[in-house]
Amino acid sequence: MLTRSFFLKILSGALIFGAWEYAGRTEVNYALPTFLESMKALFDMTMSGLIFEAYADTLRPLAVGVFISSFIGIGIGVWVGLSEKFDWLVSPIFIIMQAAPLAALIPLLIMAYGIGLTSKVFVVCIMAMPVIVLNTSVAVKNTPSSVKEMARSFLGTEKDVILKIIIPAASPVIFAGLRLGVSAGFIGAILAELKITPTGVGDIISYSRMTADYPSMYAAIFSIILLAVLFLNLLEKIENFFFKGNNQGYIS
Amino acid sequence: MSDQITDNAVSVKNIYKNYGEIEALRDLSLDFPNGQLTSLLGPSGCGKTTLLKIIAGLLPATQGEVFVNGSLVTKPGPDRAFVFQDFALMPWASVLRNVAFGLELRGVNKNEREDIAAKYIKDVGLVGFENSFPHELSGGMRQRVGLARALSVDSPVLLMDEPFSAVDEQTRRKFQEDLLNLVKNENKTFIFVTHSIEEAVYVSDQIAILLPRPSRVSEIIKPKGFRNKDVDSIRKDSEYLDTVESIWKSLRTYVE
Repeated sequence: MLTRSFFLKILSGALIFGAWEYAGRTEVNYALPTFLESMKALFDMTMSGLIFEAYADTLRPLAVGVFISSFIGIGIGVWVGLSEKFDWLVSPIFIIMQAAPLAALIPLLIMAYGIGLTSKVFVVCIMAMPVIVLNTSVAVKNTPSSVKEMARSFLGTEKDVILKIIIPAASPVIFAGLRLGVSAGFIGAILAELKITPTGVGDIISYSRMTADYPSMYAAIFSIILLAVLFLNLLEKIENFFFKGNNQGYIS
Repeated sequence: MSDQITDNAVSVKNIYKNYGEIEALRDLSLDFPNGQLTSLLGPSGCGKTTLLKIIAGLLPATQGEVFVNGSLVTKPGPDRAFVFQDFALMPWASVLRNVAFGLELRGVNKNEREDIAAKYIKDVGLVGFENSFPHELSGGMRQRVGLARALSVDSPVLLMDEPFSAVDEQTRRKFQEDLLNLVKNENKTFIFVTHSIEEAVYVSDQIAILLPRPSRVSEIIKPKGFRNKDVDSIRKDSEYLDTVESIWKSLRTYVE
C-alpha cells in the first residue's frame, strides 16, 4: 500500500493543508478559515446529510456530462483522426467551444434550453469535450506508421488496424485528454450551478458565501476537489488495467 | 519453365517503381532460389527496402510483376513474413502477445497461438520474458521478438529489412551467426536487405548488388568456398576477405 506514489500524494496533501492551517491562523484575510475549521464544517454537513443531498443534485449533470463527453468525445476524436472530411466538418465546432468564454455562452444556453438539467449538461460538455476530442484526434493521426505497416504485413484488415493498433497506440494521449477533460467537466458542473440556478454543491457555496459562513464554503469547495482527485485516480487505475504497457515509468 | 518457377521461391520481373517524379526502381528483375538466403546489398537510398516491400505486398509496383511460389503478388499474404528494421513492436502489449500477433490476426484461438508463440520465444532465447513489455527489453531482445513473430506464422518466405542495423556491434555479430544456423535448420527462403558488405558476404548464399537510384541489379555474387565452414572461421577465410574487398571496390565509385 505504501508505494512511492501513494506516499508522495499523502505528503503533498499534508504540506498544502499545513500551509492552509497556518494561513488561516494569521491575520492575512478575515474570510479565510483555517483548515481544521473547514474540516469541522465538512464533518457537520456529512453528519446532517446535507452534503449527500447536495451531491445528489450536482452529480446528475456531472455524471451525464462526463459520460457523454468521454464516450462520444473519444468516438468523434477517432473519426476526426481517421477522416479528413469529418475533420473539416466537425473540428470548427470544438474550436469555438474551447475558445468562447463560457459566461458568454450561458445566456444563449438558457434561452435555448431553459434552466434545467439540459443546460447544465451542456455546460459540462462544453468544458470537457473539446480537449478530449482534440487529444484523441491528434493521437490517432500520429500513430507510428511502422506498427500499422506491421499489422498489414501480418494480414490485418482495416478494422484490425483501427481496433488493435491505432486505438491502443493512441491510448496514452486519449487518457491524458480524459484527465484534462473530466477535470474541466467538474469545474463546469459547479459553474453551471453558480450561474444558471443554484442547486447542490454550487448552492452550498453561494449560500454560505452570502451568509459569511466561510468554513462551510471552503468545505464544499474542498469536497468537490477531493471528488475530482479521486475520480482522476480511478481513471489512472482504469488505464493501467486495460493498457498495462502504457506505464513506462519515469525517465530517471 | 515450370521448373524455373518452383526452383525460385520468389521471382521479380521487370519492376518499375516511381514516387511521383522520382524513379526508384527501373526494369529490375531478380530470382531468389528456394531454401537459400539472398541479400540485397547497396548504398543508402538505392531502393532495396522499396523492392522488399513490393515483394511483401506492402507497396504496389508502378509496373512489372512479382511471383511467390508461382502466384502473382498483389498484397500481403500468408506465404511471406516481414522482419522490420525498427522492430515494429506494440509497446502496450507483452512479449507473448507481440510474438503471437501474426497468429492473432489470422484468427488462431488464444491457447493455441500462445503455445506456438511460447515455442518460438524459447527458440530465440527469450525464455522468462513472455510477460515483459518492450520498453523493458534491450534493442537486441526486441529484434528477437520481431524475429520470433515472423517465424511463428511459419511462412515459406522470410523478408528481413536491415534487421540488425539498429542493434550494437556485438549483438549484431551474434545475430549473424544465429542467422546462419537458422538458414541451415529451417527450410525457408530468406531475402535479406543490408548496407553492410561484411554482413552480406557472411550470411548469404547469393548477393544481389543494387546500384543507386534508379536501381537495378548490377551483379550477382555467389560465395562458395567458405559456406560450409563453422561460424568462427568464416571471418578469417581469405575468399571471404577478398569478396568483401572486391565488392567495396565496385561500390566505391557510386559513393564518391
